[in-house]
Amino acid sequence: MSQPDTAERAEARAREATVPLGDRIAAFGPIIGLVLLCAAGATLNSDFATLDNALNVLTRTAFIGIIAVGMCFVIILGGIDLSVGSMAALIAGCVILFINWAASAFGSPLMAVIGGAALAVVLGGVFGLLHGILIAKGRIEPFIVTLGTLGIYRAYLTYFADGGALTLDNALADLYAPVYYGSFLGVPIPVWVFLLVALLGALILNRTIFGRHVQAIGSNETVARYAAVDVERVKILTYMLLGLCVGVATLLYVPRLGSASPTTGLLWELEAIAAVIVGGAALKGGHGSITGTVIGAILLSVISNILNLTSLISVYLNAAVQGFVIITVAFLQKGRR
Amino acid sequence: MSATAGLAVGFDGIVKRFGPVEVLHGVSFDLEPGKVYGLLGENGAGKSTLMKILAGYEQPSEGLVLIDGEPAAFAGSREAEAKGIVLIHQEFNLADDLTIAGNIFLGHERRKGWLLDEDAMRSGAQTALDQVGLARAPDTPVRRLIVAEKQLVEIAKALSRKARLLIMDEPTATLTPSEAGKLFALIERMRAEGITVIYISHKLDEVERITDEVIVMRDGRFVGRAPTASLTRHAMATMMVGREIADLFPEKIAADSALPPALAVENFSVPGWASDISFTVRPGEILGFAGLVGAGRTELFEGILGLRPGSGTIRRDGKLIQLRSPRDATRHGLAYLSEDRKGKGLHIDFPLRPNLTLMALERYAKPLLDHEAEQRALEAAIGEFGIRAGSLGMRAASLSGGNQQKLALAKVLHPEPRVLILDEPTRGVDVGAKREIYFLIQKLAAQGLALIVISSELIELIGLAHRVAVMREGRLVATVEGDEMTEATMIAHATGTRHVAA
Repeated sequence: MSQPDTAERAEARAREATVPLGDRIAAFGPIIGLVLLCAAGATLNSDFATLDNALNVLTRTAFIGIIAVGMCFVIILGGIDLSVGSMAALIAGCVILFINWAASAFGSPLMAVIGGAALAVVLGGVFGLLHGILIAKGRIEPFIVTLGTLGIYRAYLTYFADGGALTLDNALADLYAPVYYGSFLGVPIPVWVFLLVALLGALILNRTIFGRHVQAIGSNETVARYAAVDVERVKILTYMLLGLCVGVATLLYVPRLGSASPTTGLLWELEAIAAVIVGGAALKGGHGSITGTVIGAILLSVISNILNLTSLISVYLNAAVQGFVIITVAFLQKGRR
Repeated sequence: MSATAGLAVGFDGIVKRFGPVEVLHGVSFDLEPGKVYGLLGENGAGKSTLMKILAGYEQPSEGLVLIDGEPAAFAGSREAEAKGIVLIHQEFNLADDLTIAGNIFLGHERRKGWLLDEDAMRSGAQTALDQVGLARAPDTPVRRLIVAEKQLVEIAKALSRKARLLIMDEPTATLTPSEAGKLFALIERMRAEGITVIYISHKLDEVERITDEVIVMRDGRFVGRAPTASLTRHAMATMMVGREIADLFPEKIAADSALPPALAVENFSVPGWASDISFTVRPGEILGFAGLVGAGRTELFEGILGLRPGSGTIRRDGKLIQLRSPRDATRHGLAYLSEDRKGKGLHIDFPLRPNLTLMALERYAKPLLDHEAEQRALEAAIGEFGIRAGSLGMRAASLSGGNQQKLALAKVLHPEPRVLILDEPTRGVDVGAKREIYFLIQKLAAQGLALIVISSELIELIGLAHRVAVMREGRLVATVEGDEMTEATMIAHATGTRHVAA
């Protein structure tokens, strides 16, 4: 009587151990990597483990990190967006043009800057909506849609800037500057925004119907459709969410340099995708986490920070080191699925 | 013995596990060369898995396969094919974009130096096609073939591989009676040539007609064998099920015929699949849908539920409704359990909880999802549906077939539908789980749900349904009830061999 019982329980325990273990490793892998990297950085250069440097790294991570949170939704959905870098550049250009124009038109520089910031978010939402409609209603591969808009957005920025750069008027740039350079309770504003976006993202992904539907579609779109999920609507909203994230990231970015040029936001899409993947998401969709994405984004900028602070490897090889990290992470995750 | 003669096969204690689930529990039996064996067993008995091991697609977890007395460990199907063992799959393994000849020689291309020898392959394919009696040019892309023709191409492919042991898994599921007749003649010829044939089928009349000996498996075990001539069909069925078939099914409770239909469908058509179908089902009634594979049953209901384009009138409790999407269907109290559990029914990579609640998430959103309430619902469903799960946190993929099906049932019942459509509700589940599912269906009917059961297992429909609608080539050809609900009558309607008699 007791024998089959214990056998059954042992089997149950074995199942329990086999299934979630992989997930647990996936969740902790990026954290372990980040900790090891920070330990290495601290031993290599005494400047690394300072509060100033940490805040510097986080501030630089904020743009990519905010975009990566949106990208995380898109990748979990089973999609991709290659256009985010170009989109950020075009939004930045439009915002600069708007603020310069509005300052004289409205007569209130402050209103112009606030309007410009709002415009960034609105434009992001509109571009994302456009992607979503083309992908969900037009049934075009997300890769193709966003490959197309990648070219379109950057070309229009180059056209507006006439091949050069669009620059905020000095007085306006000074007015806008605190959004990037200012801090609250000793922590830079971009870091606060990044934190807020990440928390909201995690809440939406894990605790709302929309988030559950995103995961369901990414895991198996047909099953989701058969389970009465409104697949088209969820897809459109997901791309819109990413667009909004790009808008927010851009509104923080504009005051940093006060200008937009054809090289603004170059390769951001790859960094954002890399952050999501390093954070443990599966590119085929259905699985990923906001925490992982945030850690992935920080991990990638810590790498470049360490290269900047040490002479171990040339700074020119930054992208190469990130590339090796991404491939290694993907390789380590391979056994999980 | 010549090189083309059939192979002798021995299974010695074959055990197969998929992750934590053991599907074969030590199967041992021997096959002599040159005979035709019928391998019988219910869905989930392990026949297909055992045959995949024999043909090198899977490796046994324990035990030995002996070919002509020698232990054989195939690393892949190519090694098995080199020995002359060929498996014709239940699901087709054809590349749709290649031609018939390209498929027949896929992986064994004839070459002239570095280039393909198209002429040799074309004529080789033609020979194989002549043997199976398929009148199609070898250059035809497989995409353009109908399902039955694809089945014949699979068989031609096997023949061209010089098979010495041929395994056929439900080969007639998609064939018309005349095509099946051709196949049987072909099997006769192979037997005469001394080729060993293993024939898996649910159709006992076919097994009776063409096999020399019957081997029965149940729930991953070998349960018995006997010369075909010594068995009646009833005895075969009882061996497969492991108990008198009558015990499998609950007592039928007559539906209240005074009640108006819960669902009434009139003149419904799904382009390419079903035309002009009308039927009704009352609360408490179980309406069966029988027909051959490809008769359009699944497509009809996918059309009704808004999963594919269709037209016609649908009334729910007498009210005219429009179903443009599965959401509309759910809102109007209709739910559909797909025949394709892994492809359409469950998120197998997900844990159990999100699977269960996916169709009724609104209930848990306040506005944030209440994970604890979801968890309580899961615990309740596990008790109510008898889902045997190792842990509550496990993925759906780790459940056995029967338990996955119970979870899928719990999922479609979660939004509390009034009309439930079950498509092959017992596909790939073991006998014990089948019985539980039958009793559950009966219980739902007793609670006043209107049920539609689509099934290819006629025994199931006879045992469960009050009435059975039979479809053939997209048309509803008959609705049988009472004494008319026999296998013979339904097969006759489904195949069109009964020409509007009584």
